Amino acid sequence: MTTTPSEHAARTGPGEPDSRDRVSQDRDSQDRDSQDRATREAAASLTGVETTARSIAEAAAEPVTGITGAQSLVRSLEAVGVEVIFGIPGGAILPAYDPLFDSAVRHVLVRHEQGAGHAATGYAQATGKVGVCMATSGPGATNLVTPLADAHMDSVPIVAITGQVPSAAIGTDAFQEADIRGITMPVTKHNFLVTDAAEIPQRIAEAFHLASTGRPGPVLVDIPKDVLQATTDFAWPPRLDLPGYKPTTRPHGKQVREAAALIAGARRPVLYVGGGVLKAAATEELAALAALTGAPVITTLMARGAFPDSHPQNLGMPGMHGNVTAVTALQKSDVIVALGARFDDRVTGNLASFAPHAQVVHADIDPAEIGKNRKADVPIVGDAKETIAQLTEALRAEHEAGRTPDLAAWWTQLDDWRARYPLGYDWPEDGSLSPQYVIERLGAIAGPDAIYAAGVGQHQMWAAQFVKYEKPGTWLNSGGLGTMGYAVPAAMGAKYGRPDTTVWAIDGDGCFQMTNQELATCAMEGIPVKIAVINNGNLGMVRQWQTLFYEGRYSNTRLHARNADGTPKAVRIPDFVLLAEALGCVGLRCESKDDVDAVIEKAMAINDAPVVIDFVVGHDAQVWPMVAAGASNDDILAARDVRPVFGEGQV
Amino acid sequence: MSRHTLSVLVENKSGVLARVAALFSRRGFNIESLAVGPTENPDLSRMTIVVDADTQPLEQITKQLNKLIEIIKIVELDSAAAVQRELLLVKVRAPMAERTQVLQTAELFRARVVDVNPDTVTLEATGTPDKLQALLAVLAPLGIKEMAQSGTVALGRGPRSMSGAGTLRPVERSA
Repeated sequence: MTTTPSEHAARTGPGEPDSRDRVSQDRDSQDRDSQDRATREAAASLTGVETTARSIAEAAAEPVTGITGAQSLVRSLEAVGVEVIFGIPGGAILPAYDPLFDSAVRHVLVRHEQGAGHAATGYAQATGKVGVCMATSGPGATNLVTPLADAHMDSVPIVAITGQVPSAAIGTDAFQEADIRGITMPVTKHNFLVTDAAEIPQRIAEAFHLASTGRPGPVLVDIPKDVLQATTDFAWPPRLDLPGYKPTTRPHGKQVREAAALIAGARRPVLYVGGGVLKAAATEELAALAALTGAPVITTLMARGAFPDSHPQNLGMPGMHGNVTAVTALQKSDVIVALGARFDDRVTGNLASFAPHAQVVHADIDPAEIGKNRKADVPIVGDAKETIAQLTEALRAEHEAGRTPDLAAWWTQLDDWRARYPLGYDWPEDGSLSPQYVIERLGAIAGPDAIYAAGVGQHQMWAAQFVKYEKPGTWLNSGGLGTMGYAVPAAMGAKYGRPDTTVWAIDGDGCFQMTNQELATCAMEGIPVKIAVINNGNLGMVRQWQTLFYEGRYSNTRLHARNADGTPKAVRIPDFVLLAEALGCVGLRCESKDDVDAVIEKAMAINDAPVVIDFVVGHDAQVWPMVAAGASNDDILAARDVRPVFGEGQV
Repeated sequence: MSRHTLSVLVENKSGVLARVAALFSRRGFNIESLAVGPTENPDLSRMTIVVDADTQPLEQITKQLNKLIEIIKIVELDSAAAVQRELLLVKVRAPMAERTQVLQTAELFRARVVDVNPDTVTLEATGTPDKLQALLAVLAPLGIKEMAQSGTVALGRGPRSMSGAGTLRPVERSA
């Protein structure tokens, strides 16, 4: 494993407040010491990496004069520890591709820039490092907008580098000109337009620092062609000049103690765990806190794998398609401890009726998340790793002082709900294959060491429900933006970053048709991902809503070919097996329950090529439980027309 | 209406105004007025933003502003503890018969005449938004031909400043 400077900075955190008791963050421009310290630490961290990566980074860090901006860019990427770039060249970025040809940084030539962006995201989510993508100006850059927005919503550290038309042509509607800095302002953590080749090392270092520290996110660096071609000097490490950027990583001691006191007095506590716990690599700290509190743990869609599903305290996923116990535990709780979670509308349902009796401890590295949707009774700004560790210590002190809550009645209630409303599914009445069964078997056979990347829709929810996650970084999906087409390129990036791990994309037939061209990339670059297409011939989630809320009027959701009388045509459009083979992959098909295990095992045995399995499943399967959009979580339906009875008197 | 005046120090870089304006737009925050100009430090600009915090709490507005990398510091200026001024240029119909009335009004409001011709007089006035509104109300019956008004600029009273020694306290970053 290599360590990038930015990763290191993410752990140490720049600009930590001088005093623990400092709540407000002074963004005084005079305090640049912390920036310098971050730069030094970033450079120093290179001493800990594996020999080849270190020698590359060290060689790249040698000062040189009289090189091009493009050479300076590639040296900067080497020096910052980049292992791989996903991208496509084009006119404006072309100068950068020349020195990249000789660089130790590997470039994966994708088939669409959207694939480059999601691959960078998948790589980052699977490895914890910064993912990098590259595109040319205009359409190349605009094709990155969706993955940038996706990474922004899910706080994934990626850096996008785009070519721009020459400086003199900017603003003239030149060929392949797009104001990508302006376009991506709302969907990036920050972005830069580099106007002078001398700035390149600094901007690259700043981009990686911003992407990976604080609340992580995407950063775009736009570089005009003439800047790439200009002659410049290179020195590393550059000085970071970000006077307005000082994320608070250390929690406020008083707030932590208040939170501990609240938890110690709770009768119905819930640990509501979000993606921030994974971003902060705080799963061990979470395990310790869970053990000490004995409280139930709920992992959001972004946090699946942050706490083992096999652990008896794990109630599973909350939200619109969460399980009854997790949703209801939040509703009935008296203290919610939100850790790196943001009270998303898909979790809270109708906000006004969400968890009406709960006091909220809200810990997040982003102060703006605290109080944004739900009022926080005890706000804590800080990195989840440090916050959870300190919270555990403070809670231990409460316990030692004799304040140990008795959660027996709460667990009796929770276990009763768990027993009465387990996750489940019915087999389709028409005898077709159950998609839930396919996903459940896939999870069982591939096991908890594999990485699963999902697209967006029914298959995503089933993959979140029926695959059992035990380890961090094994579940990748597009949670916030809900980007169909995420799975294949994200799986590609994840497999590149963790080549010794089995990587499955669980995709829908709708999603798969958006980005499957990256399988050609996988086949040519030797990235043997495995794809399970849950093929129900429909935009399944939309169809489900049409069934439930639009009287079964299936407007524009059918993807497969049908005869005039509604019966399926024999022809498959497309035939995913043939498509897989056309893209240089192994194509398999499964249409019956009896074949499911065998076909998955066959795919597991193929490790020298990407594999696609076309699982032809019934089109009427639905995702349950469900809280309808805008409804209260109290109105969760365990299955269609099945309203749970919670036993109001018991809690 | 819940109006607040924020004094915001930002890095003097291209695109900062676009970032701030876009943030207000996409988050549905309401801007009453916005003025941008240089500061004593050439690396910094000051934005004075008057916000209407009826629909969104001020805390959420300042927290989101603070997330912008190029924003250095935000201070809320309480109207009692700050000097707030707007600049108004107003061209008033002023034929000879009515000119005296215009000039007397200008004098009452300590406005200056900056352009004169046979038909109109252009006045320059500075003051709080309330004072300028009052001036306009008096001038309106005479006939306002055209006007231009700046956003509010403001500075805290007393010896302290937003940067340097004895700095003003920034808006709390967390509740």
